[in-house]
Order: sequence, then C-alpha cells, then structure tokens
Amino acid sequence: MSLNYFELFGLKPIFNIELATLESNFRKIQSESHPDRFVTASAAEKLSAMQRATLANEAYLCLKSPANRAKYLLELQGITAISETNTAMPIDFLMQQMEWREATEDAVTTKDIRALDNLLNEIRVEAKGLQESLVSLLDVQKDYSAATDDTRKLIFIDKVSEDIHRAIEQIDI
Amino acid sequence: MALLQISEPGMSAAPHQHKLAVGIDLGTTNSLVATVKSGMATVLQDEQGHALLPSVVRYMPEDEVVVGHEAQAQQSADPVNTIASAKRFMGRSLKDIADRAHIPYNFVDSSDSTKLLQIQTRAGLKTPVEISAEILKTLKARAEKSLGGDLMGVVITVPAYFDDAQRQATKDAARLAGLNVLRLLNEPTAAAVAYGLDNAAEGTFVIYDLGGGTFDVSILKLSKGVFEVLATNGDSALGGDDFDHRIYCWVLDKIREVTSNFNPLSENDTRLLLTKARQAKEWLTDNHEAQIVCRLSNGTLVDVTLTATQFVELTQQLVIKTLAPTRKAMRDAKLTLEDIKGVVLVGGATRMPQVRHAVEEYFKQTPLTNLDPDKVVAIGAAIQANALVGNRSEDDLLLLDVTPLSLGLETMGGLVERIIPRNSTLPVARAQDFTTYKDGQTAMSIQVVQGERELVADCRSLAHFELRGIPPMAAGAARIRVTFQVDADGLLSVSAREQTKGVEAHVVVKPSYGLSEDEITHMLKSSFGSAEADKTARMLAEARVSAGAIINSVTLALAADSHLVSEKEKETIETEIQNLQTVTQTDDATAINKAVDALNHATEEFAAARMNASVSHALSGKNLNMLDM
Repeated sequence: MSLNYFELFGLKPIFNIELATLESNFRKIQSESHPDRFVTASAAEKLSAMQRATLANEAYLCLKSPANRAKYLLELQGITAISETNTAMPIDFLMQQMEWREATEDAVTTKDIRALDNLLNEIRVEAKGLQESLVSLLDVQKDYSAATDDTRKLIFIDKVSEDIHRAIEQIDI
Repeated sequence: MALLQISEPGMSAAPHQHKLAVGIDLGTTNSLVATVKSGMATVLQDEQGHALLPSVVRYMPEDEVVVGHEAQAQQSADPVNTIASAKRFMGRSLKDIADRAHIPYNFVDSSDSTKLLQIQTRAGLKTPVEISAEILKTLKARAEKSLGGDLMGVVITVPAYFDDAQRQATKDAARLAGLNVLRLLNEPTAAAVAYGLDNAAEGTFVIYDLGGGTFDVSILKLSKGVFEVLATNGDSALGGDDFDHRIYCWVLDKIREVTSNFNPLSENDTRLLLTKARQAKEWLTDNHEAQIVCRLSNGTLVDVTLTATQFVELTQQLVIKTLAPTRKAMRDAKLTLEDIKGVVLVGGATRMPQVRHAVEEYFKQTPLTNLDPDKVVAIGAAIQANALVGNRSEDDLLLLDVTPLSLGLETMGGLVERIIPRNSTLPVARAQDFTTYKDGQTAMSIQVVQGERELVADCRSLAHFELRGIPPMAAGAARIRVTFQVDADGLLSVSAREQTKGVEAHVVVKPSYGLSEDEITHMLKSSFGSAEADKTARMLAEARVSAGAIINSVTLALAADSHLVSEKEKETIETEIQNLQTVTQTDDATAINKAVDALNHATEEFAAARMNASVSHALSGKNLNMLDM
C-alpha cells in the first residue's frame, strides 16, 4: 500500500484542506480498521488492523498540523524543508525567535504563567499569518521555494510554542 | 465432555447468539463486574445482593483464600494476611511505595531495587498480581454463575495514568485468573462511554476520576458514538486512601498530645485506625463532625472529634494536587474553560464536598453527578465488552484513546530522546534508525523509558531491549530500523530489522518491572496444582477452538472476497487450511498452534487487501459490512 496521506483520506493534496472532512474521513477509516473491531478475528486480521489504524493515526496527526501538512506537501514535491544543509533563516525572523526565547526565560524566572500565555497568543497570530501565506504559495502560486521558507518558519514557531508549553508545565506544579 | 445442546423449535443456537462478555472495574478499594443483558448494562451482584466487592484478599490456613466483605471484616484482626489496596502495588517495586511504614504488611526486602514487590503471608510470598488475580477469580465466578455460562472475554479497566508495567501487571493477573482479556480500557474513558450513551451527550467533556488510590483526568470529544480522548493526565499514587491517611496521622498526633509513652503502633492498631479514618471521612460527606472512638491493643482509649472544617484543612493539599494534572490536560488538549460542556465526577472519593467544590471552582460549572460514581466505570466496561464481542447490532461505538505518558529512548549522557509523545492516539508506532559503533558488532541494547522528564534517571525504565543477530558489518554501516509499537491496550512491543541486508533482528525484552514469562508459567502451573493432565487437556481444547475459529473465518473471507487474492495465494491458503484440518484431528496442541500460525501467516496479505477494500468503501460512502464475520 503506497497511498500518500492525502489519498488515504480521499483528499486533494493541497494545503487548504477542509478540516471537517479530514476529521470525518479519519473517523470512517478508524471505524473500519480500529483493533477494537477485530478483537475476535484471526491474528493476521488483527495485525492488519493495527497497522492500518496506526497509519491512519500517523497520517491524521500529520495533516491536522499546518506545519507538518506543509512540510509533507513539499516532500511530495521532492523538497526537504528542514535539512542539515539548509538552515539559513532571515535575520529578522531569527531576532524575533531570540526575543521570544528571552521572554520565555524571564517569565520562567518570575514564574509568570500569564506572561507565557500571552506569548503563546502572540505566536499564534504570527503562525496564522504564515498559514495564510502558505495557502497562496502552495495552492495558488505553486511557489515552492518561497513556501519552503515559510514552512520552515512555521516549524520553528511550533517548536517555540512547544518549549513554552514545557516551560509552563515546569512552573505550574 | 460437552453436553449435546438441544434447543426448542425456533430457538436454535443461531450464529448470532449472544456471547457472554463482562466488564470488570478492578478498583483499589472495591471491584465490580457488569454485563449487558437485553440491551441494558447492569452490575452483577453476589448472593447477598452486594454489587461492590471490597478489593481485600485474606490468606487463610490450609490454602483457603477469602475475598471481599468477609476478608475486609477481618482486616484489623489479621492485618498481615489480609491485603487491601493491592492495586497500589501493581507493577511497582518496594522503593516506589512511599508510605510503607504505615502499611501493615510484611513486605519482602530485596537488594534489587527494580524487583517487583512481594508480601509475606501465611500462604507464602504473594505478588500484587496474584492478589489481584484472586479478586478477578471471585468476580469471574460471580459472573459465570449469574450468566450461566463460560465468559468469552472481559474488558478490565485501568487508571488512564497507569504506565506500561502497571498495565502489564493487570493483564498478567487476568491471565492467572483464567480470563480472556479483550481489552484494557482506561477508567475515565469507560466512564465517558457510560455517561455519554446514557445522556446522548455530544461535545467536549471532562472526566474527573478520583478513586481509592489513583487520580485520572481525561478530556474527551463525544460525537455520534465516537469517544475521542483529546488528553489525559493524572497521578497513579493519589486517591481516597490518602485522605484516610491524613486523618490517621491527625489522630496519631492527637494521641501523642495526651500520652507521653507512645510506642509505635502494632499492625492491628494501624489497620484499626485506618479503618476508623475511612469511616470518619465517609461520615463527613453528609455531617459536620465525626467522632473517632476505639481502644488500642495497649488499652489506650482513643476518643477524638474531627470537624468537617478541620478535615478540609487537613486535605487541602491533596485536593490541590489534582488540579495541576487537570490544567496540564486542558493545555495538552488546547482547550479553554468555555470549550467544556460538562464535567463528570467518577470514583467514590469525589463524594467529598471539598473535591466537588474545587472542581466546580476550577471549571466554573456544577459537575455532573447523576451517575453512581462507584458503578459508572464497570458499566462503561460492560458496554465496551459487549461491543467488542460483536453483540451490539449497531456498530457505531468507537473509542479512540491515547497513551498517557511519553515514551523515550536513552541516549548519550543519560538523556531521554522522546519518540512517542504523550496523548498520542492509539495504536501508535514510531520507527527509529540505529547503527553500530564497532566493526562486526552483532548485538546492541536499547533502554526504553516512560515519563516526561529530560533525564533517564528521572523517568521510569520500561524495558531493556537487546537486539541480536545483526549481520556483522563495518562500524556505522548497518542501518537497524527499530519500530516501537504501542497497541490499543497501551502496551509497547518492539521489532527490529537491518535495512541494508533486510535481516530481521531478534529482540529480547527484559522488562525493568514485571514478571517474566517463566514466572507467569510457574504461577499458572501452581494454580492448576499437580493436575498436569488437566492443563494438557485445557491447552488442547484451546488450540482446537482457535483452529476452528480461524478455519471458519478464512473460509468465509475467501468465499466473500476471493477476487482479492491471486490464484497462487489462494492455493497456499487452501493448503494451509487442509494441513490445519489434518493436525486438528491429532492430540498435539503444539502442532495445532503451529499450523494456526502458518495459516495466519499465509493470510496476511489477503487480510491487508480486505482492509484496503473496506476502508475505500467506507470513504466512498458505501456500507457493505463486509468485515462482519
């Protein structure tokens, strides 16, 4: 079986997918393939159910996240968004990253969860802007080079918000 | 010897006859068994009309074992042989038990800090797995008596926050009790099923489950029979027992105030005071003060009064301790309070008013308490068991659960590399490539840990996997792809393959905490006693049943979907069926099982093809029900 993730869910390979369709098709696939449906089946069927359900979960997780979806779309074009040889980032973006990280550290020192929550909101707005730009770059202009830059930014931003989540967890005991 | 079944006309044993399946809530304090009868989920009672079976096991002289109320009544009289709350020790070593000084059992000391704990009783050394198996056996007997037949399978509930070792221990206990486990189900998910189906609930709900010894919080999205867990969190060592313990410590302080020559309590006195503490806690749910009166073995009279206000103060920290996991779950689910449609309280400990107030204050809404918090988990498990064996005609029930803890690998410097993050929907797998660092290296060892911390030392070691049979190559040339798979029960398995030569590496698992296969076999043997013949007969019967089942299912599948197999594949499958049919005539259980495996292997591609077909039909909107077999 070599269906790509979009084909698996019966979706067109575009960035601006209908999330409701993704979710409902995910549930349809799980209704057919979840191991709970094969509890009394043969070992071969159980194995095939577990593999299919695992694949569906993996694909769903990928397509649900805008950063991963963009990265995956580029992969389908043969482009690796994040690689060891390709790490250049615009200087202003790097500066902003550093500001966010410093703000995170400050908030951790003062145990200021509210400040971290505000930071997350700020980052969310930034991510939203990049997602809108990616709709146009990937689906309309098919400008994969510019899309690669924005995808990388989005991945970095995801990483920052993940770190902020972890920081909140550290101080919220 | 099976009796011939004679049915009344028109009542023949149809292929779609009701299969006996039950749900078991194996609780810290109480356990229950429930089933679905004519569409209604009901908790089964014992002959005295009790639904709750106290999770207390007493080992008597001459190999007699007493479980439940009778054992509970003797707790203070015979504390070292009467084990309660064994669930708190499942999959744990002695060093994990923080308050062992206040637990009146004879724990066996071991130099090995990861060795599973054991308790010395008059019936010999007992593990928590064996103690839990006694509770399960009692519930099994209750169910079989009440339903009038052998159980096809059970769903056993576990705290969502149970780790791999605790889940495995629960499964081992079921195996010792002779139960076929269809699925381990997370307690809050079970509660959500019971609540959701009962109230036709749609939307995002929080299940706040404070049991006798464990705390779980799960956030679920309920939509048209699909129960999708968005996040779960908890504390597998926090529960109603801890509230008892706070009262117990308070009473000890009070005794110290009036008595100067205060010796350490005897085991009997400890148990007595703990029981009094539990009763006081329960009394304070509906009353302003509780009087604790008892006489200790040295003649000291204890007579103290605890007010509800004092109790709230004593236990304030425990209540606060449940809120941090709650906030974590909310953040992991990326939800705000406005997104939450309802909060369902589960577990006897949520009867305490201070717990209800805390939940209400945090979520800014009155929690839902219209289900019996003691029974809701067993009811949900029964509904799931009924669906799993195929009794539910409408196949609209689907539970999508998650893994509660992140899985990681030990890397250089004792750091953890996270490979499967917590709250990943099950089943989930992750492949990771490794290479060798020495020329000709044929083996390597991987440590898997469970937990959220950065250092291996702060996480819980799950297992050491040894990969053997790596083809010898130059250092760094081998590409060993190791796949970590967590199944629908939340249990991990590992497989490995060398990529450049395509050699399957042999994986040897050394669970850090857990019983080895040998230990289980030994326990099984001793539970069968010396009747080796019985065991052989039982194994043969089981092998024949599974042979019959697979022949039947493969034959039906071939009849329905022969267009999905090539002629050659079909031939192979048919040969294996014939072979299995021949072997089944013999008395060789091992040979039968081998032939079953061979047939299974031969049908793997066919099963995958059928899966493809059914999934694409589902997506194209057709409902062929072709997997209904």
